[in-house]
Amino acid sequence: MNVPTMADMMAQGKQPEVLFWVGAAGSYDDRAKKITRSFVKILHQANVDFAVLGTEESSTGDAAKRAGNEFLFQMQAMTNIEILNAYEVKTIVTCDPHSFNTFKNEYPSLGGNYKVYHHTQYINKLIADGRLTIEGENLKGKRLTYHDPCYLGRANDVYETPRDLIRRLGVKPTEMKRHKSTALCCGAGGAQMFKEPEKGDLDINVLRTKDALETNPEIIATGCPYCNTMMTDGVKFHLKEDQIVVKDIAELIAEANNL
Amino acid sequence: MEKYVSNIFFAVILVAGIGYFVMNVRKLIRNIKLGKDVDRSDRKPERWKNMAKIALGQYKMVRRPVSGILHVVVYVGFILINMEVLEIVIDGLFGTHRIFSKPLGSFYGFLIGNFEVLAFLVLVAVIIFWFRRNIEKVKRFWNKEMEGWPKNDGNIILYFEIVLMTLFLVMNATDTHFQEAGMGNVISQFIAPWFDGYSTEALHTIERTAWWLHIIGILAFLNYLYYSKHLHILLAFPNTYFANLKPKGQLTNLESVTNEVKMMMDPDADPYAMPADGAEEEVPEKFGASDVTDLNWVQLMNSYTCTECGRCTSSCPANLTGKKLSPRKIMMDTRDRLEEVGKNIDANEGEFKPDGKQLLDDYISREELWACTSCNACVQECPIGIDPLSIIMDMRRYLVMEESAAPQELNMMMTNIENNGAPWQYSQMDRLNWKDE
Repeated sequence: MNVPTMADMMAQGKQPEVLFWVGAAGSYDDRAKKITRSFVKILHQANVDFAVLGTEESSTGDAAKRAGNEFLFQMQAMTNIEILNAYEVKTIVTCDPHSFNTFKNEYPSLGGNYKVYHHTQYINKLIADGRLTIEGENLKGKRLTYHDPCYLGRANDVYETPRDLIRRLGVKPTEMKRHKSTALCCGAGGAQMFKEPEKGDLDINVLRTKDALETNPEIIATGCPYCNTMMTDGVKFHLKEDQIVVKDIAELIAEANNL
Repeated sequence: MEKYVSNIFFAVILVAGIGYFVMNVRKLIRNIKLGKDVDRSDRKPERWKNMAKIALGQYKMVRRPVSGILHVVVYVGFILINMEVLEIVIDGLFGTHRIFSKPLGSFYGFLIGNFEVLAFLVLVAVIIFWFRRNIEKVKRFWNKEMEGWPKNDGNIILYFEIVLMTLFLVMNATDTHFQEAGMGNVISQFIAPWFDGYSTEALHTIERTAWWLHIIGILAFLNYLYYSKHLHILLAFPNTYFANLKPKGQLTNLESVTNEVKMMMDPDADPYAMPADGAEEEVPEKFGASDVTDLNWVQLMNSYTCTECGRCTSSCPANLTGKKLSPRKIMMDTRDRLEEVGKNIDANEGEFKPDGKQLLDDYISREELWACTSCNACVQECPIGIDPLSIIMDMRRYLVMEESAAPQELNMMMTNIENNGAPWQYSQMDRLNWKDE
């Protein structure tokens, strides 16, 4: 895949229109890497002049902040801001709602001011600007339900953008009983992704997947690599992995467009 | 002189009732001010709008239609029927009877008629509330933190309302002049026949008794507020005004940390520099919160505002899956500890004497704090803008930055971020490997 880095760009004296922030999950997690590659294919199809930081990218510090380690968060944030500002980055797009949230809301007061897009917003913009179209035949008629990531939904009130994209896929979308502002968390937020759950009688992802199963879907769509992991595990718990796939919206668009 | 006994008696209970309430309100304000400063003086038009919409307009209540609409009935009834109190006060102080009936004429009948209808509706709504709590046993009223006093408190409020509304209607029903005038006795005309055959004197006595009990009940209710979960009828207004207006996903960046991190990253900073004059005596600021005085005043006001409805807890993913965490309990604990600190200050002539207790561990356990997914469902659901998540996060900050007491797996995650810039143990040099896989 042709994925230029900011360093390459700078060496050629070029400034890309957008920085794609891949994030830790998107870089290292095998499942999330597929989302990353799907999104890059979309960027390629729309002829977006983008770059990544590559080995210069480091944790946003979001997970540390939610775990209570403000020191580590601010160390990470200030290091990242130094690099981003050195490359004169103006616009950032990311597939991770947690990175999206922290860049958009928590970096500015530390000196990092960027126009920040979640990838669903960016894809929507590409469509609005006439740079991308979605054919939609491959997924026609499939039953789909969308799980709202907390850090996109309640945290930043982005509910309609991902749904706008889903409607373009020609699928049959059904809402879970808890959706948009009442959506149930997948269980990964607040640094729970990196620890065992506290004592209880059920795992949160099992409960959330049950919400999804009630809509009898073929596809559970989401817009967050961590939600993706949790929902995939939940589908496995309910022994439904033969009938239901968990996909990121970027993957669905890539699939619709035969990318 | 004897003529004025009841007027004087009325004046005394009125002054005592209001006076005691004002005293408690001052205590309440003092306790809230024990919190740290936080600036909520910006975006005033938006704040007024929120207050109008959420507190006055009950906008978020009706997200749950049944309890929401019933609540609107009680709320509207409460506000409008209390206009009648003005007349009661004047009558009581000056020995008049229904002072407004003459000057207002038929409009008076119209007003009282509406109050009667509202009183009846409030009565119905409150009985349904009682039924939901005690017979239907709606789950959110039966969580663990509701055992004992909180459960009784909820019912006492309902009994208060039932008694006050009944007294209001009985008072009207036994007021012979009012019934004879036939103006505004929309509901009480159906109660009046219950008293058929009573002598005029007996009726008068019942009417007077109901009148007195009604005003005494109102004053008692007013003073009960401070000791109950019911302060929201007043605090919902400032609470929605001062609520956080930033995106719910935005956590504060601790300024004290920013200063230290900047120092650490500044290549020109001299690590061996002598501290500035007087800096040695300065106690370094505590990071995060282990007690109520480490929280900010909005968080403390939140705790007094909470009416323990449990909408937060009933939407909390951790609570729904059997974890110990209940956002409502976080607010109840904060208030209980704050009350304890307040009483300590009262008992020690205005100084807090360390009592060997704190909010952390003595009220809120670590297990509760670590169960939170920071999903903001509790913040979203609160009908009056309370933010339990901010307290959880401040307490996590204390645990991690002051006590290094994060769960082992989280320590590993943080070590990885420090060492290789990712929550997992992968080399930063492998960050771009995905492009060739």
